[in-house]
Amino acid sequence: MDNENTPSAAARRQFLADTARMACGVGLLGLGVGLYARHAKALPPAAIRPPGALPETDFSAACIRCGLCVRDCPYNILHLAKPEEPMSTGTPYFVARQLPCEMCEDIPCVKACPTGALDHSLKDINKSKMGLAVLVDHETCLNFLGLRCDICYRVCPVIDKAITLDPQTNARTGKHTLFIPVVHSDHCTGCGKCEKACPTEVASIKVFPLYMAKGQLSAHYRLGWVEKEKAGGSLVAPDVEHQYNMPEGMKYESGKGLSGSPGAVPPAPTPPAPVGLPKAFQGGKL
Amino acid sequence: MNSPLKAPPIRPGVEAVAAKGWFAAHKWLILRRSSQIGILLLFLVGPWFGLWIVKGNLNFSYTLNFLPLTDPYVILQSVLARQVPEKLALTGVIIVLLFYLLVGGRSYCSWVCPVNLLTDAAYWLRVRLGLKGSAHISRPTRYWMLGMTLVAAAVTGSIAWEMVNPVSMMHRGLFFGLGLAWAVLLAVFLFDLFVMRHGWCGHLCPVGAFYSLIGKFSLMRIKLPARDACNDCMDCFAVCPEPQVIRPALKAIAGTPPLILEANCTNCGRCIDVCSKDVFAFGTRLNRTVASVAGAPQAEPK
Repeated sequence: MDNENTPSAAARRQFLADTARMACGVGLLGLGVGLYARHAKALPPAAIRPPGALPETDFSAACIRCGLCVRDCPYNILHLAKPEEPMSTGTPYFVARQLPCEMCEDIPCVKACPTGALDHSLKDINKSKMGLAVLVDHETCLNFLGLRCDICYRVCPVIDKAITLDPQTNARTGKHTLFIPVVHSDHCTGCGKCEKACPTEVASIKVFPLYMAKGQLSAHYRLGWVEKEKAGGSLVAPDVEHQYNMPEGMKYESGKGLSGSPGAVPPAPTPPAPVGLPKAFQGGKL
Repeated sequence: MNSPLKAPPIRPGVEAVAAKGWFAAHKWLILRRSSQIGILLLFLVGPWFGLWIVKGNLNFSYTLNFLPLTDPYVILQSVLARQVPEKLALTGVIIVLLFYLLVGGRSYCSWVCPVNLLTDAAYWLRVRLGLKGSAHISRPTRYWMLGMTLVAAAVTGSIAWEMVNPVSMMHRGLFFGLGLAWAVLLAVFLFDLFVMRHGWCGHLCPVGAFYSLIGKFSLMRIKLPARDACNDCMDCFAVCPEPQVIRPALKAIAGTPPLILEANCTNCGRCIDVCSKDVFAFGTRLNRTVASVAGAPQAEPK
């Protein structure tokens, strides 16, 4: 009995030991691969995906790293990530400061994608959301300094929609206007032309992946003026008129500014003392 | 595991060269290298000369804007990561699956995969340097690796293995920029050279493991129409990257027909080259009766 059983028992032990060794070794390797893949799910800020790219979590599952989008890009702006780059190896991206997306109307990169990692339902390049431009540095932006650089505004393929120039008083000189470039997220495609063209040594306007660039209001937030317009009138009835404390003879109207002169003294009606306030706040003697 | 009857020769194929001449004794090797290098060149003339015959890489390629070819293994991982690919990629999967069902799953390894050039070079050098000894990892480890990559895809929701896969890293790197992938490839080369004989392709690579599963059912096989003529020179065992696949068919163990039916035969054809007795030939899995057609009695199991 023993003589017959011993070899098979030894063989069984050997088999189990081998299997355990293999499973542990491969399991450890798998753990490493899994953690590495997890880390690579956050796209580095300078890397912008081609138009129509699925959200990053889906993209790393749908993109099979074939590089067809790279090949069909007529301007050669796309690269496939190398192993040492901090993103999924072999996935496509571009760096706006080097070469921005030229926003081809027929979107050849999306058409080339065999898996739909670049979403084929994107037909209008102006609707793409590769990223979002952010005027990151108000201290170096030439327009913020009071110059009429305007380059980002001029090169924007969606001019006057994605970037507008909003006039503001130049408080430094007291008599000039600042033309502040303002990016509007509903029209910005994230092509990166503004970042490429920005003349400061390091770009003052940069394109970031959407998840970095865009904030989000809490779901319960309501904008009073929007609600007021929807309702066709004030929701807090009655709308109380604001009282201004002006020197005698002066008048202030919202939107029109000051009027009148301090000399002319129309008999100002004494505002009735508000009821319920402590005496100290009623202007009377204590 | 192979259990050779005597030590394999250091320079296999000497007898075959003497019997058949150099070219006949290297025919399949030359064809195979031409195929491997030819495929690389087809991909390279695009980026080098702007001649776009094939675009893409082994994960997905598009030939003449007409023929889509997709790696079924990478699509399987994508599906496990919960993404359904578009029609073009799926068409490519079907074409590739049908092709390898015809020519043998692991033909991919020996006729297409660029890493094979690297590991074959490592093995060649290993033999020339007379490096003995090899780490022991059992051959089925590759199926654990395959399982691990599929689990990793499902758990991380991404094609995780593509982050580190030396096969696609090498092929993609040659056409799109290698980066530090050369270090990974050097590691594979050195592993095969110093640590383990046929280590990567023969024991660990999950891509090969996947294609071997297709090979279980594939039509084209190595047949042994003249297995009775075998003179036990051991040359075939010495050149075969998966020597365990030869023995059952060559020695008719447990009534095995004169066919290499093992899924891990890579159909490289090197055994055909080095056999001075012409025991081996390409055939199909239907060629079960070749030995009896030749009128020779079946060899007794030894």
